[in-house]
Amino acid sequence: MATVTFNEERCKGCGLCVNVCPKKIISLSKEKINAKGYHPAEVIEKEKCIGCAFCATMCPDTVIKVEK
Amino acid sequence: MVVFDKTKGLTDNELHYCPGCTHGIIHRLVAESLEELGVLDKTVGVASVGCSVFSYNYFNCDMIQAAHGRAPAVATGAKRANPDNIVFTYQGDGDLAAIGTAETVHSAARGENITVIFVNNAIYGMTGGQMAPTTLPKQVTQTSPYGRDVTVVGYPVKVAEMLSQVDGATYIERVAVNDVKNIKNAKRAIKKAFQNQIEGKGFSLIEVLSTCPTNWGVSPEKAIEWLNENMQTYYPLGVYKDKFKEEK
Repeated sequence: MATVTFNEERCKGCGLCVNVCPKKIISLSKEKINAKGYHPAEVIEKEKCIGCAFCATMCPDTVIKVEK
Repeated sequence: MVVFDKTKGLTDNELHYCPGCTHGIIHRLVAESLEELGVLDKTVGVASVGCSVFSYNYFNCDMIQAAHGRAPAVATGAKRANPDNIVFTYQGDGDLAAIGTAETVHSAARGENITVIFVNNAIYGMTGGQMAPTTLPKQVTQTSPYGRDVTVVGYPVKVAEMLSQVDGATYIERVAVNDVKNIKNAKRAIKKAFQNQIEGKGFSLIEVLSTCPTNWGVSPEKAIEWLNENMQTYYPLGVYKDKFKEEK
């Protein structure tokens, strides 16, 4: 199973990963706020992740780690 | 198995760029290329003036900070003094295409064996969104509130097209970082530009179309769309010059 890990304190909540995800399982958190004041991105349905690393490729701040 | 992790070519410092700014992607592509080619320990980067001025904090190699626009001149000195080093410059459009045009063109004409990464976002980012030489016709900026009027201020400078006419240049390509496919292509181009330098082939310049959500006044998502619709039509992607193509 593929797992994606977001370094949430580094995330700036730009949302570029949300749009490139082919499974549409990433969204910006509505509850969490990091120390910088941004809503970090998170994966809602982790079991649907296919580990394509599109999100990590698009992320400008390199906050995403993908394992398979 | 790790599919994707941060490259060793980048330091652990947090990028100061605005949310959604694609500078971060281009930083990563350059760093990954250097790591994959195994030249990180003998690379010297030259930072420019503009938002990318702090790139010396982010690349995990030796860095020099050049005066505004003079990065290719500094890189020329660094490369000629130590030809075994890999020398690259990382410049924005306000640096390379405005005050640094002469240095850029003459470095290409001399055929200096360096790699230039040119980030084109069609605006002056760090100083607050003024009109740049690369600003598109009719584009609204702080200093062109009614849109760029080409009858008054002239037309944008197309750097890749211009340098492809210079005999000394070896490899000129324009890429974009607006979607995954184009990012993979940009990575290939940047890696090739460094490979050219390792093989001593001469001057390589990669123009990367980038976004500036803050100064364009749009969300990061809309900035990507704007790049797709406007910048890519005015600045077509592709290889503009490859001197060694036939020899394969």
